[in-house]
Amino acid sequence: MIIKGRAWKFGNNISTDHIIPGKYKFKTLDFNELARHAMEGVDPEFSRKIRPGDVIVAGRNFGCGSSREHAPQVLKHAGVGAVIAKSFARIFYRNAINVGLPAVICPQAYEVTSTGDVLEVDLARGVVRNLTKQVEIQSKPMPDFLLKILLEGGLVEYYQKHKRFPWE
Amino acid sequence: MEGQTLAEKILSKKLGRKVAPGEIVALQVDIAMAHDGTAPLAIQQFRRMGLTRVWDSKRVVLVIDHVAPSSNEGTSELHSMIREFAREHSITVYDVGEGICHQLLPEKGHVYPGAIIVGADSHTCTHGAFAAFATGIGSTEMAAVLGSGKIWFMVPESLKVVITGKPRRNVTAKDIILHIIGELGADGATYMAVEFTGDAVKEMSIDSRMTLTNMAVEMGAKTGLIASDERTLEYLRGRTSVLTGTITPDSNASYADELTVEAGRLEPVVACPHNVDNVKGVSEVEGTPVDQVFIGSCTNGRLEDLRVVARVLKNRRVKARTIVMPASREVYLKALQEGIIETLVKAGCAVGVPGCGPCVGGHHGIPGPNENVVATINRNFKGRMGNSKANIYLASPLVAAYAALYGKIVYPERGVDA
Repeated sequence: MIIKGRAWKFGNNISTDHIIPGKYKFKTLDFNELARHAMEGVDPEFSRKIRPGDVIVAGRNFGCGSSREHAPQVLKHAGVGAVIAKSFARIFYRNAINVGLPAVICPQAYEVTSTGDVLEVDLARGVVRNLTKQVEIQSKPMPDFLLKILLEGGLVEYYQKHKRFPWE
Repeated sequence: MEGQTLAEKILSKKLGRKVAPGEIVALQVDIAMAHDGTAPLAIQQFRRMGLTRVWDSKRVVLVIDHVAPSSNEGTSELHSMIREFAREHSITVYDVGEGICHQLLPEKGHVYPGAIIVGADSHTCTHGAFAAFATGIGSTEMAAVLGSGKIWFMVPESLKVVITGKPRRNVTAKDIILHIIGELGADGATYMAVEFTGDAVKEMSIDSRMTLTNMAVEMGAKTGLIASDERTLEYLRGRTSVLTGTITPDSNASYADELTVEAGRLEPVVACPHNVDNVKGVSEVEGTPVDQVFIGSCTNGRLEDLRVVARVLKNRRVKARTIVMPASREVYLKALQEGIIETLVKAGCAVGVPGCGPCVGGHHGIPGPNENVVATINRNFKGRMGNSKANIYLASPLVAAYAALYGKIVYPERGVDA
């Protein structure tokens, strides 16, 4: 699976409250509606600016705070192709994989990337390419069973296909 | 033989073999919890997976606490979805007014030392105060747990936090945990089990211990843990039938890191906007005007917290708009019986229904633009309480009570703080 899109750069400690404020999530399960508020806490225009496949590049501890899975869900529905970060908060990382949003741990990508750069992520090989800067970086590998969940589109899709969970 | 940390001990006991940090294990879950912010999505995913049966309905608890009572039609529909699912699968629901999930689980006997608890809420780590291995997960993963009763974990490394000595009168468990988060940073314990130990922890009430473990996630931890002792058992007796003694770490356990906190040297602190690790001494921000005070939440809405606030506000009148929400019906009732609620109401506080209330900005108590809020909650991210233009200061109930009384941040109990 190859993801290609423009980079949108954010800093450290982007919380799930920034990604989707709690006030919206209690009212609906309509993620297309919720996606209009994606990243509202840091950039209210974000959902209007991004194009499908675009990549968020963030600093440390992306997705900290609440366990709300709505956070990776709204990013995915807003069109975000992948999130690359120096590090992720653990619940967000699990959630992202479970909903099929590629989450890539790659500190070096953060260092070389600027907003607007064109990035390419080869998920299966764990490679991030910054096409604008002409740099190729190997990311931190993901355990095989997690990669498999991700490549099949998320845990629901995995279970629909295999009729069992990977850890069973 | 090398000893085990508390986390390793609990997981090894559960699996019947010795585990090591970094190992990925599949675990049988003892208790699974979801609330109105996360259960509807879990139910939807459960159905999308084609699952029809819950693995063990007696081990599942659903709580309506985040927007309780409901404030709009959309939320009411989601609440109905929870109640219908619970009826269909014979699952216990703690409905509007019962209180906050993390308070209810121990109160109602769902928590015990050695239990594996997963909750679709990040503050599930609170239950580590009872030596349960408890952590937060998302809704899709909760759907998988509902169907299978199992989950995967990486066995965490453990970080030992030793809290020693006797804190000053105006320093509470909240000040201690905020101080620790300030030291370690918002991701200082990511993926780790934080084990709180030391004579100061031993001396702490259950209410205070829960404040410590509750905020472990604010430094990225998988869970916060405290060894169980006679005090733990005393609290749990009569609540749960699953009590098999205490669980403690081995004295020769190996920890990834260790931090010692001398409680007697600490001062009251606040976490300033907009990050939990932006911790400053109260004296540094004294005089900051305060528009609203919120006392409550799974961090500080317990009886001990309300007692402190009542002590400060007795026969006085608040200057800031002050909202108080007991953490549960049990806490509310005891506070009524002790005269605390009467004291607070007479002092001008607005006392509300047990639940999460203003902490999550879901339904009420939303601050106005540019307002300063002092809250006893666990997060101060932009927008946390429903308005991204408000400034949230996290504080102990004592500091919050003083802020309520004076309408500004004030160093509490100056002169009597020795």
